[in-house]
Amino acid sequence: MTIALPAENAPRTHRIDLSWPVLILFAAVLCVLIVLPMSWLFYYGFVDRTGAFTLGNFETLFTDPDFVDPLVTTLILATSSSIICCLAAAPMGWLVARTDMPLRRTVRALVTASFVTPPFLGAIAWELLAAPNSGLLNKIYRAVTDAPQDEHLLNIYSLAGLIFVISCYTFPYVFVLLANALDRIPGDLEDASAILGGRTWTTARRVTIPLAMPALLAGALVAFLQTMTLFGSPAILAIPAGFHTMTTKIWSLFNYPPKPELAAAASLPLLLLTILLLRAEKLILGRRGYSVVGGKQGNPRLVQLGKLKWAALAFVFVILLCPVFLPYGALLNAAFSHVATSFVSFNNFTLRNIHFVFFELSAAKLAVKNTFLLGVASATIGTLIAVVIAYLTARRAIAGHRVLGFLATAPVAIPGIVLGVGLFLSYARPPLVLYGTLWILLIAFITIALPSAYQQLQSAFRSVHTDIEDAARIFGASRLRTLRDITGPLLRTSLIATWCFIFVGVIRELSAAIMLFTSETKVVSVLIFDLNESGDLGAIAVLGLIMLVITFAVVILVNRIPGFGDARLRST
Amino acid sequence: MRPMRFSRRDLLKAAAIGAGAFTVQANAAEPVTPTLVAAATKEGKLAFYTAMDLPIAEKLGKAFEAKYPGIAVRVERSGSERVFQRIGQEMASRISGVDVVNSADAAHFIVWKRDGWLAPYLPEEVARHYPAQFFDPDGLFATTRLWLSSLGYNASLVKPEEAPKSFADLLDPKWSGKMVKGHPAYSGTIMTATFQIVRELGWPYLEKLAKQKVMQVQSSTDPPKKLALGERAVMADGNDYNLILLKEAGQPVEVIYPAEGTPTVTGPSGVFKSAPNPNAARLFQNWLHSREAQQLLVDVSRQHSVHPQVEEKPGGRRLSDIKLWRDDPVGVEQASDDIKKRYAQIFKV
Repeated sequence: MTIALPAENAPRTHRIDLSWPVLILFAAVLCVLIVLPMSWLFYYGFVDRTGAFTLGNFETLFTDPDFVDPLVTTLILATSSSIICCLAAAPMGWLVARTDMPLRRTVRALVTASFVTPPFLGAIAWELLAAPNSGLLNKIYRAVTDAPQDEHLLNIYSLAGLIFVISCYTFPYVFVLLANALDRIPGDLEDASAILGGRTWTTARRVTIPLAMPALLAGALVAFLQTMTLFGSPAILAIPAGFHTMTTKIWSLFNYPPKPELAAAASLPLLLLTILLLRAEKLILGRRGYSVVGGKQGNPRLVQLGKLKWAALAFVFVILLCPVFLPYGALLNAAFSHVATSFVSFNNFTLRNIHFVFFELSAAKLAVKNTFLLGVASATIGTLIAVVIAYLTARRAIAGHRVLGFLATAPVAIPGIVLGVGLFLSYARPPLVLYGTLWILLIAFITIALPSAYQQLQSAFRSVHTDIEDAARIFGASRLRTLRDITGPLLRTSLIATWCFIFVGVIRELSAAIMLFTSETKVVSVLIFDLNESGDLGAIAVLGLIMLVITFAVVILVNRIPGFGDARLRST
Repeated sequence: MRPMRFSRRDLLKAAAIGAGAFTVQANAAEPVTPTLVAAATKEGKLAFYTAMDLPIAEKLGKAFEAKYPGIAVRVERSGSERVFQRIGQEMASRISGVDVVNSADAAHFIVWKRDGWLAPYLPEEVARHYPAQFFDPDGLFATTRLWLSSLGYNASLVKPEEAPKSFADLLDPKWSGKMVKGHPAYSGTIMTATFQIVRELGWPYLEKLAKQKVMQVQSSTDPPKKLALGERAVMADGNDYNLILLKEAGQPVEVIYPAEGTPTVTGPSGVFKSAPNPNAARLFQNWLHSREAQQLLVDVSRQHSVHPQVEEKPGGRRLSDIKLWRDDPVGVEQASDDIKKRYAQIFKV
């Protein structure tokens, strides 16, 4: 790759140093997003009803089995789901990025599809598939084996079922991180190993795996945190089974009469655990970091699988059955059937559900409008904030960049539902009443998306070696100019990916929205959750499918914007 | 046990007497005037917060829109206890979203009345026809619908002769893992029913029921739907009207009115003082309690109306043939926090 800078575009002028204003501006934004709600949470965690200082909330938390059980459940859930995600994503990521398996692009697109699917929608779809008595798969099982009516193959209303469903929609995080990392490992390193006599396995062990390890570890951590803070799937699957996770427990504390003190206290262990995990990741990875995109780059080397490539493809498609094919099939079936879990045929199909959603469901139009407005706004603003902070920290451009980095990462530790509470406490009262407007949801969605957006872009910045930027700086370009003309274009794919990531994140978001919506600011996820609580599965199927179609359309469109080149879905 | 028995005939009689006796209310009663319709049409929309089954609420909204073109009804449907919490949260932040509210927990209107959140508005037909026990003397709310929290079963999973006949039957080990029920912290129907179950049978009954591995859903509209799916064989509570509708639609479900008595639930509606569309809200409240709307409600939803002129479909089971437990909103208002707490302890969710 060569970088040519026309001489007339590099005038030697002295510019005002923008560092301090930028720092102050972004620190202020992050304070509004994070520090204020967090402060309220801490305050509430340590006071009683009357506002006096107490440790009683924590005492209740760690002695009352009503709280200890959900905490233990959550830890089991997050650990298992994290391990399963890695087990599924690691081989898949490697097959897609480093082998000649056929249909690799299709597989990436299908993983994107499972990422775009909101977990709560996936959970509902899996209810249709694997509810012990009415689930389609159990019906097939009974039909095939002639098993009696009360026997079942799968029970989704169980801890194992919940772990499975959560893994289905969390593994894309691990997959994307890993596949992207493997994409970026240049083939010349592996070639060097091969030339020096390393066999395939030695090369894998000594070169490829160590280079991919940080991504896998980061993926495992992300999966753990995502599972720990997930609200929708446990609310849909755990409560019918008669158990709580931390998030559903916290949520139940806001049933009338609300107990925000206990909820705040209950969220602090999650916060602490997250900080510890992030520290541990740092310790394990140590100072290992690899700048693998430099001035020159060789293409990744593909392993020839030979006949095994069909077996590999079969393996990948079996995995993809779980998050994509089966649930989508179940939703389609439910959309056209009178009873959501009976098989549709020409004799009994109905358009009633479709008519209901399009012509009768009066809350739908506003909710769809709100959702997409928020999606586009959050994605655009969020990407802008993340790119500037990521640049400042990755390049250590200004003093205090560490603070910015910390603030941008901090929300990862806050379950969405708790952030929702914090924001509610902050902005439901004067001087700044944002509750009841879309602004409070915008703040919530940006805050929730910020850690991953920031991490994504920061690692993208890190993988672009500074020698290219230094070259531009030597030619006299300012930092901002370098960012715009050099680094920005190089990171185009990552920028689009981040935008899509936030956009999809908004569509998936339920936990903060459920605390912050009012009837005028309802979003589709909340509407679907409401419909699930009243058992209107046919309407959910139609609404969910509409949602998915629009989301895919937006993601594909953004990836096709002229000037953004041929960035692919792969990075979302 | 204090079973309440009243027939539609009694209601009619009460109304006939009422027509003479309540002239005071009749004076304060509000007719639908062209001025009101014009002002409501100018507002053009209203938000109807309700807990009734969503398709039914939407049908009511569409019927209103057909009668008064240009006024869009947005139905905000959730469980009554959730609606109550949301309205409280919105009011505390001085956000006025709700125009008309219909709750399945009549106790909520005691609270809202005490808080001074409801607007006095007594529709003409309510004052003229409704028995006095079914509307607020200050005109803050009126009973929109009446239904029962029954038991039920899926007839393709359970033979009629083996189906439970009473609450006590549900404690038989053979129903372990086969039942579904709603949640009193979400649903007003279930809250009201739980209050009456506790009053008549005591907490020990629920403690034993909790050991039966009951599938816990939220809304009282969901257990009937779970029965229709075939997901569970028996519902331990839920509403009877969804079961009747599903049965009429050809699903293999049956209602059981338990031998001990069946919890009665009333769902009043009222206009909020802070209604963003005050005229449309009043017009809707007025229409909702008219004979026309009440007849529609009875026809499409198989609930009951306290409007004496409304005809029930022939063939359905009459309220007078069912042993009913008395509805007691005052009692529910006092007990609801305790019920939610104890319920969560017993059922773990």
